[in-house]
Amino acid sequence: MLNENNLCTYYNFDKGPGIKATGKFISERFAYLDDCLTAKKLVQFSSHRQTNVTFRLPQMHCSSCVYLLENLHRIEPGITKSQTNFQRKEVFVIFDPTQISLRRVVELLAFIGYEPDISLRDSVEKKATTFNKKKLFQIGIAGFCFSNIMMLSFPEYFSSGNIEQAGLKATFTWLNLLLSLPVLFFSAADIFITAWKGLRQKFLNIDAPIAVAIIVTFGRSYYEIISGNGAGWLDSGTGIVFFMLVGRWFQNKTYDSFSFDRDYKSYFPLGVSTINHGIEKNIPVTQLKKGDYIIIRNEEMIPADAILMKGNANVDYSFVSGESTPLRKSIGDLIYAGGKQAGSAIELEIVNDVSQSYITQLWNNDIFKLKKNVDRSYIHPWSRYFTIVLFLIAIGAAIFWSITDPSKVLPAVTAVLIVACPCSLLLSATFTYGNMLRIFGKNNLYLKNAGVIESLAGTDTIVFDKTGTITQNHSAVVLYKGTPLTNRELAAVQAVTRQSSHPLSKILTSNLEISHRDQLLKVDGFREFSGRGIEAMVNDMPVKIGSASFVDEFYDASAHESGSHIYVQLNKVQMGAFMISNEYRPGIKTAINALLQKQYELHLLSGDNDAEKVTLKKLFGKAGNVQFNQSPQDKLEKIKHLQTEHKRVLMIGDGLNDAGALMQSDTGIAVSDNTTQFSPACDAIIDGSKIGMIHQFLAYAKSGKTIVTASFILSIVYNIVGLSFAVQGTMSPIVAAILMPASSISIVLLVTLLSSLSARRLIISRPKSTVSEEA
Amino acid sequence: MSALFVLIGISIFVAAAFLAAFLWSVNNGQFEDDYTPSVRMLFDDELKAAAPTSTEHINKTK
Repeated sequence: MLNENNLCTYYNFDKGPGIKATGKFISERFAYLDDCLTAKKLVQFSSHRQTNVTFRLPQMHCSSCVYLLENLHRIEPGITKSQTNFQRKEVFVIFDPTQISLRRVVELLAFIGYEPDISLRDSVEKKATTFNKKKLFQIGIAGFCFSNIMMLSFPEYFSSGNIEQAGLKATFTWLNLLLSLPVLFFSAADIFITAWKGLRQKFLNIDAPIAVAIIVTFGRSYYEIISGNGAGWLDSGTGIVFFMLVGRWFQNKTYDSFSFDRDYKSYFPLGVSTINHGIEKNIPVTQLKKGDYIIIRNEEMIPADAILMKGNANVDYSFVSGESTPLRKSIGDLIYAGGKQAGSAIELEIVNDVSQSYITQLWNNDIFKLKKNVDRSYIHPWSRYFTIVLFLIAIGAAIFWSITDPSKVLPAVTAVLIVACPCSLLLSATFTYGNMLRIFGKNNLYLKNAGVIESLAGTDTIVFDKTGTITQNHSAVVLYKGTPLTNRELAAVQAVTRQSSHPLSKILTSNLEISHRDQLLKVDGFREFSGRGIEAMVNDMPVKIGSASFVDEFYDASAHESGSHIYVQLNKVQMGAFMISNEYRPGIKTAINALLQKQYELHLLSGDNDAEKVTLKKLFGKAGNVQFNQSPQDKLEKIKHLQTEHKRVLMIGDGLNDAGALMQSDTGIAVSDNTTQFSPACDAIIDGSKIGMIHQFLAYAKSGKTIVTASFILSIVYNIVGLSFAVQGTMSPIVAAILMPASSISIVLLVTLLSSLSARRLIISRPKSTVSEEA
Repeated sequence: MSALFVLIGISIFVAAAFLAAFLWSVNNGQFEDDYTPSVRMLFDDELKAAAPTSTEHINKTK
């Protein structure tokens, strides 16, 4: 953290024309932005004097970032204005296209450390603003009308219906009527619409009784006011609407800077460099055709299945398949889309369109077309019973009074419908889950919506992915087994591996700890054998490092050949091997133990090889639950299989390879080290460092259910009290006016308090781990 | 007592004015980002004069 902040302040000093000459280092990464077509898709508005464009900058995280980004015009005079939106992590830039190109703007941002997140998706769908102004308008108007009606109703209550001044009473009631109209027709409109939609699909949703309550309340009030024999119940009526809207707003508060519904379009680059008769040209990825020649540079993603034509391909598939070590490919090999090239530029010939490629085919699977059932919340069955019971009581009261005293039928029935609004019932769930959502968010678990809490609480089976989920993506533990190496020998090994760009060499180079260097090492005759190993003379000592068969010709390669072992030979003597294994995330062991104790069924599905089978089996206890070499499709099938056994599955994974499984599972949590970066479609996003708290999160989700049930019972008690007045037909507006807000507010307070207390009990926040620093 | 009619009128007018202010601010996008403005106001309109010196400093270190 500190480090990052330092970085930011450092950048503050860096402003000024000194930066200008630095465009070179980014080379051709953003060349595709020079293409008119590509650029057009990004730009929101453009004339020949002015271009407006908005970039997403996931790296934005502190006030210094805002400072730097809002002062872009000082660095680059071509930029007229730049304005940040911290919440959405966006920057809106206005620049003069005659002075500076779009590409230069992006390059400038990338140079100062904020590389815009530009993906294919941006161009395909112009995203609508998620911010819902209409909802706020509705709440504002309902609140205004509610408070004024309340005020105008007070005299009526205090004088118990006898206002002596002529005309005053009429003025009050008619003003109330006027004020209630916008509430009924504007603020409550959405409630009626959802209720009606539910009815048309023959489904009694929770909005139905609310809609009935509103119609009855307003209808009876208008009748009383117009006929002049009462003041009406408009204060209760507008109160219902206002509280409901506030509750919904609270529940629907989402995390703007995350997208939960990503598909492959979010991962793929916007443009790509093609070569045609030796001329390099940039085209949008969507126009890529079979047979095109493309150039992929260091750190660029391969957009479609292709055959390697030129260069050294070293493809990092960790995001796609979960394999932790990059793959070497030689000329003529087929390279699947989704990998990232590490190293020098390569040339490829496309063999499949982007939409037909191996990785994108996963998205053509049916599960991505189905939306998860939104209405599976367990409040809905409750609301159904509630509605049915309510109507039964109303009918019962009607029958009773029609026999004993027909003049009381109407007051009793309407009073029942008005007072027994499921308001408090609904508010209890919305506010509990809303508050829990906030607490989860504080602990870096970001849920898509409140429904996810319920599905988390119902989980009984948990499936983990390995790479990137329980292990950390870009760090490794190096263990040495064999004849101990002296400090000098270690230094010799490091001197050789430093020469190589192979990923395993790089890991070795950075992980070997050498206490002191006594002399400079001379490396001669360095030779690299692709896919096998490296050799060199260090101070006239022959050093050979690589796979077992490379180091020792007589080695039985079939024994336990694995990509994660590096054998070392010094002076033609076999010394031993380095074993490179992944580093587990902090706290994962205790979390898994806790989950096992709580009788959760645990599975591990890894796309990687089984190099760490033994450790993982020990970790996960029961045998058979750990599986390796799983393709994305395998994972999906496995989850489907578990679901046919009526298990409710929670999937925790990170890469594209888990996308299908995350979608299929009842709850999919995507793990991300940088919460604004890549994450596949999911129900929730968790910060990688918090994986160790997963058992606490699950326990908390369960406690949420208990709280909601408890507050349900309380609200039913309120309803019984209200109803007992109502069925007698003696309910006066003042009782309703007190009971309604009192029950709502007391329930909101209670659930907020309870959920915060149980968070304190169940989620023990540990001190911030160092992992977050690498973001 | 008729003063009450006037007072009611005034009170509703005042409340409506506040409502209008709220609606205007929503429409104006003031609730879209509640963090950046708080930071933005802290930026000084500093040093147009000081800028050249910092540039010099950078050039020297290079």
